[in-house]
Amino acid sequence: MNQTARPSSKQFVFSECPGSACLRYTIGKMIDITIVGAGVVGSLIARNLSQYRVSVLVLEKENDVGDVTSMANSAIVHSGYDPVPGSKKALYNVEGNAMYPALCRELDVPFGQVGSLTVALTEAQVDVLNVLQKRARENGVDTSILSADEVKAMEPNISPEVKGALLCPSAGIVNPFTLTSHAMENAIDNGVSLHLGEKVVDIQRIGDHFTVKTDRKNYESRIVINCAGLYSEEIAKLIEPIDWKILPRKGEYYVLDHYAPGLVNHILFPLPSEKGKGVLVTMTTSGNYLVGPSSELTPDKEDFSTDSLTLEAVKEQAAMMVPKIPFREQIRVFSGVRATPSTHDFIIEPSKKYQEFINVAGIESPGLVSSPSIAMHVVDDLVAPILKLAKNPSFGPEVRKYINPQMMSLEERNELIKKDPRFGQIICNCEKVSLGEIMDILSRSLPCRTIKALKKRSRAGFGKCQGGFCQSSVLLLLAEYYHVSPLDVLYDKNGSQILCKESK
Amino acid sequence: MAYDLICIVCPNGCHLHVDDDFNVTGNRCPRGAVYAKQEVTNPTRVVTSTVRIDSKVLKVLPVKTKAPVSKKKIFDVMAVINKTSVKVPVHIGDVLVKDIAGTGADLVATRDILE
Amino acid sequence: MMVGKDLLIIGGGSAGMAAAVAAYDRGVKDILIVEKGPFLGGILNQCIHNGFGLQEFNEELTGPEFLTRFVHQVEDRKIAYKLNSYVSDISPDKVVTYCNMVDGYVEVKAKAIILATGCYERNAGAIGIPGDRPSGIITAGQAQLYLNEYGYMVGKRVFILGSGDIGLIMARRMSLEGAKVLGAAEIMPYSNGLNRNLVQCLQDFGIPLYLSHTVSKVVGKSHLEKVEISEVDEKLQIIPGTSTSFDVDTLLLSIGLVPYNDLLIKLGLPPSRTKGANVNEHMETDIDGIFSCGNVLHVHDLVDNVVAEAKLAGVSAALYLGGNLPRHNEVIACLPGDGIGYVVPEEIDRANADDTIQVKFRVKKPSHDVFIEYRFNNEIIKRIYKTAIVPSEMEVDNIPKKILKNNQGTITISLKQREVK
Repeated sequence: MNQTARPSSKQFVFSECPGSACLRYTIGKMIDITIVGAGVVGSLIARNLSQYRVSVLVLEKENDVGDVTSMANSAIVHSGYDPVPGSKKALYNVEGNAMYPALCRELDVPFGQVGSLTVALTEAQVDVLNVLQKRARENGVDTSILSADEVKAMEPNISPEVKGALLCPSAGIVNPFTLTSHAMENAIDNGVSLHLGEKVVDIQRIGDHFTVKTDRKNYESRIVINCAGLYSEEIAKLIEPIDWKILPRKGEYYVLDHYAPGLVNHILFPLPSEKGKGVLVTMTTSGNYLVGPSSELTPDKEDFSTDSLTLEAVKEQAAMMVPKIPFREQIRVFSGVRATPSTHDFIIEPSKKYQEFINVAGIESPGLVSSPSIAMHVVDDLVAPILKLAKNPSFGPEVRKYINPQMMSLEERNELIKKDPRFGQIICNCEKVSLGEIMDILSRSLPCRTIKALKKRSRAGFGKCQGGFCQSSVLLLLAEYYHVSPLDVLYDKNGSQILCKESK
Repeated sequence: MAYDLICIVCPNGCHLHVDDDFNVTGNRCPRGAVYAKQEVTNPTRVVTSTVRIDSKVLKVLPVKTKAPVSKKKIFDVMAVINKTSVKVPVHIGDVLVKDIAGTGADLVATRDILE
Repeated sequence: MMVGKDLLIIGGGSAGMAAAVAAYDRGVKDILIVEKGPFLGGILNQCIHNGFGLQEFNEELTGPEFLTRFVHQVEDRKIAYKLNSYVSDISPDKVVTYCNMVDGYVEVKAKAIILATGCYERNAGAIGIPGDRPSGIITAGQAQLYLNEYGYMVGKRVFILGSGDIGLIMARRMSLEGAKVLGAAEIMPYSNGLNRNLVQCLQDFGIPLYLSHTVSKVVGKSHLEKVEISEVDEKLQIIPGTSTSFDVDTLLLSIGLVPYNDLLIKLGLPPSRTKGANVNEHMETDIDGIFSCGNVLHVHDLVDNVVAEAKLAGVSAALYLGGNLPRHNEVIACLPGDGIGYVVPEEIDRANADDTIQVKFRVKKPSHDVFIEYRFNNEIIKRIYKTAIVPSEMEVDNIPKKILKNNQGTITISLKQREVK
């Protein structure tokens, strides 16, 4: 036993967040639908279900929604030129892409349809562009092939070796953190129950329903939807033997600071390979740049480590497209692990034994762009036939708008500060996040209990000092808001307290 | 007993050697000899730390020993500091503990905390 | 609604306060200091150790004592300041926008501006430490803030990366509070900190310093459990098979300070070698009437030097406001030559200069038995002998104006080994 392990925080339990409408729909103790996993897919499915008068419980083992793959990815809304035509990936990618503008408006999520360029650096690669264009056409995606000069005009920093590129105007960038959290917030506002920090350990079929056992309680549920990401294989196996596997695939990234815009004006891709879409260079919705990912299979689902060799390789590959990437401006490296399915395509289907047990697994790229479409089909095609779905008359698709003073004029900001002075107190200097925005986030229906959760929702701590100045303020704010000792505030996982003891 | 130490008086950082008779070698200047003799016979340090305070503004008050204390007594001084708590108002230079741990030095506040 | 100010000083730490006082004493009365924190004094608020003020006050003071002296100077002169106020924008025509809870967002049209916003700590993200992502990896300054202002310890078993002074100071501080500090690793073959701190913070507590080592891996699922350090070669690359592990719950990072210079980007000013602004000997940037001083210009080791530089900036701002600092087209560039990391100022406006011009520089690596050689347009104009000189101690030197025969040209400062005949 590690002598320095942090005690598990008993007081600071990530307890239930019961949706206010849940009681109305619960008959006895039977839950209509239990969703395992609150990543972007689980959260959007929950939100879709909240349009109906059904009771929904979401069980998430981490201390926040979207805390694994959904928060560590390229944040790209792919156009859909890449998936094999006729595959589920192709179908959901293209359909999902078209749903993004409306979805992000409703959920108040930063989104930009900036377009992507798949870059050819040799003549042979130009031939591949034609193949990709053909594939795009089959998938219903508009593209055009640009000459080297055209690409150089659009992208002044592109490699002089560029020979051409495939332009996909429908590709975009999104804030993956708030996509997940706002989706779940909306779901909770509309009656969904969410339990954070609660892990499913067993699921048994009893008569006409399931008993879902967690590390805290047992629940009875008519339907179970498995959105457990990297662990969807383990969850699926609780019910029956399966013929697919989840192969964790790690990707490491660089994040570069804000500085003069214009390093790249589109998402830049190299040609895809069997390992994936390759190392991309893109701007993000928060004005940073993202370079990555690498792609290597890893045996360990919990391995989110980074290593220098892999990162060096990422640098080299990116430099082939954009030679002068200012890696001096690096503020962070991270790794994400995606759940690659052994079937090479999304697994979205009921289990063999029970229609009521639905697997939504292997949601690797293009998972993020596909998620709204997946959520729609799971509810419409897999849940609706087996459960009466009557409309929830009080369903509202929009979250209460988030206030971003940096997007307002000075007069508007001062109007705001007159009403609530806390919008004039900057907590995170690097990202200019005010106390008012933080308190707004904390006041929402989705719990925000950890430093990392608040970082994802507010950007506080995402800047170049990486929380050097603001983490202490954030920690004390959380302690005060939730009435816990600062010693109990977690960074992210259980056991990740920042503070050890009082000095005196 | 002979000692080897690094002089801290200037950036030269001369490596000094002090023999049994307290002769110093290795110094490029006389200040090094003075420092070395002091360090091996009676090394002293100023101790800086914090004590608890009942303030609304800051949870702890920074303090120091007003004069250097014998190195051997540093943790004795810390033991007293850890048990000390003060009430506002406090001014810079206020003596919080006289002759702390019998070192001859007073413990003083190094910050004004008035409420 | 725009407010007018003669002199706006961004940052109320040692640099900002000293500049304000100097400008005031030279006749500038309409001054506003804008400070983002709840107190004046900046980072010295959390530096409760002593070692400050030997040059400025002839006394050895702790950080809070040092800053209080300047707070009194500011308040005695009734110089206006705003706390908890953050400067979010600045333009080349000297309009500064700051905000706080009381005034909201305020635009100030200043006649002169001094940038004194200090620096931030290089962190784990910037160097991409290989390994897991547990909590427990924290910069030394963050740990210092938690302990010295809020009274919380961040860990019990500590390893330190980097031999910079902040890490050394925290090694002592945490040891005195009962933590076990198992060691410090420094990637260079020499230490970055003052010898005084090596002795009083590491040796005193029996904490080993592993030179030419760096952290090769951190291990921990939710919180830090182990760090692994490895030796590096002359190219600072990890030598495989040389690792040692330590069971710790805290890795303190003391890997460098970087000027906090977001405002430079908004001004369209390119950063210098030190990541601060390019300035002339009056601490004036390329924009007339905008000055810079302190750690945001280049990182200092002694706050006394910060204050001296800030006073110069304050006096220059006063001269500028009085119309007595015209800018000339002919300038002398100051460049670092062999063995020198950077020189401040980067240019000298000789026609405006005082009789002696102060230059500051750092050498690239520790050297013994060397000459600092000053060349002006390739002719040697000055040589100083040094028995020892280290990068961690900034050199301050004066060049008499009269030995510069021209208003144009280049001064190069180089390090030359003394030849043994």
